[in-house]
Amino acid sequence: MKTKHFFLGVTMSMVMSLVLVNAEAAQPPLKEVKAAKGKVSGANVFNRLLKKDKQRNAPPPEDGIHDAANDGTHVLQPPKIAYDGLPTTEFGNYVDWVKALQDGLLRPRYDRFDPTVEPLVMDLDIVREVKASMPDVVFPHKPHTQWLHCSNCHPKIFIPQRNANVINMSAILLGTKCGVCHGKVSFPITTKSCTKCHSKPKPADWKPPKSEASLKNPWR
Amino acid sequence: MYKSALIGLLSMLAVVMLPQDAQAEYADVVINNYADAAGMRPAVFPHWYHRIRFRCKVCHADLGFKFKAGGNKITMAKIIDGKFCGACHNGEISWSVENCGMCHSGVPGTPTQIHGSTVQRLVAPTYKSLDKKAK
Repeated sequence: MKTKHFFLGVTMSMVMSLVLVNAEAAQPPLKEVKAAKGKVSGANVFNRLLKKDKQRNAPPPEDGIHDAANDGTHVLQPPKIAYDGLPTTEFGNYVDWVKALQDGLLRPRYDRFDPTVEPLVMDLDIVREVKASMPDVVFPHKPHTQWLHCSNCHPKIFIPQRNANVINMSAILLGTKCGVCHGKVSFPITTKSCTKCHSKPKPADWKPPKSEASLKNPWR
Repeated sequence: MYKSALIGLLSMLAVVMLPQDAQAEYADVVINNYADAAGMRPAVFPHWYHRIRFRCKVCHADLGFKFKAGGNKITMAKIIDGKFCGACHNGEISWSVENCGMCHSGVPGTPTQIHGSTVQRLVAPTYKSLDKKAK
């Protein structure tokens, strides 16, 4: 008996909350959802484990990490204001920081005190051949040295020697090698950003690698 | 009867009203090494704001910030001594340490993290920490 009333309460409040949500968002009622009600189990929704659609560049009091009850939170600059006029991307902060710097839309200091100090830029591309069918990786030193100092990466994260560094995507995704920055503060690894690094097409005669054994004695 | 209906209503309201996933800016760093224990809100470092004004080199090479959230063991004593944040937040390059609530602005209890990092986006843990013994 009690359980029945409980469910009654739950259904009542569900209807109420639906009305509330609709009133807040002022959305037209979704006919398809109503038609499907009672047929599709709530356990089988799309994107079950994905986070909710992200509100891009939320102001600090609404971003879920800053405490709106704290006075200082309301003094902080909302990111959208700072990003006005900067080139956009589809990931991270949705700002193309490298392009913004190269276009002169940003003037970040290279020295704490002296705004006139110019960075030590090295223009050298490192090509890393990828074993699998993905395009090869081109690492451009130029945008990296415009922001960073050699000592930030060498020799602790990357040994400055050819073929001395073992890099793979799992290591990057777990926050080592390139992943020390990429995926934390610089552009993250998403399906939209693969080609930013994997940018050099394979030669026309490229074939998937085979082991010595299978080359000598191919399967019949 | 009404009591159980009321409980049902409240439980649903709780589900609706619960805070949604944080939507903070990519790379906002929450530092909660000592803040919670000291009764302060955790510090939130807006990485995007600082990169507009300084290149990575200034903090990560000159000032010695390690590339790890919570890995620098920053205390107020060090900041007042002119180290880490205190190298700029001294009333000369930027506002000074009296403005507690400008940094200590996080929701209490928020763990140390880089918001939106790839490891944070993983739906399931990919490996077991070596520190914790399996139950």
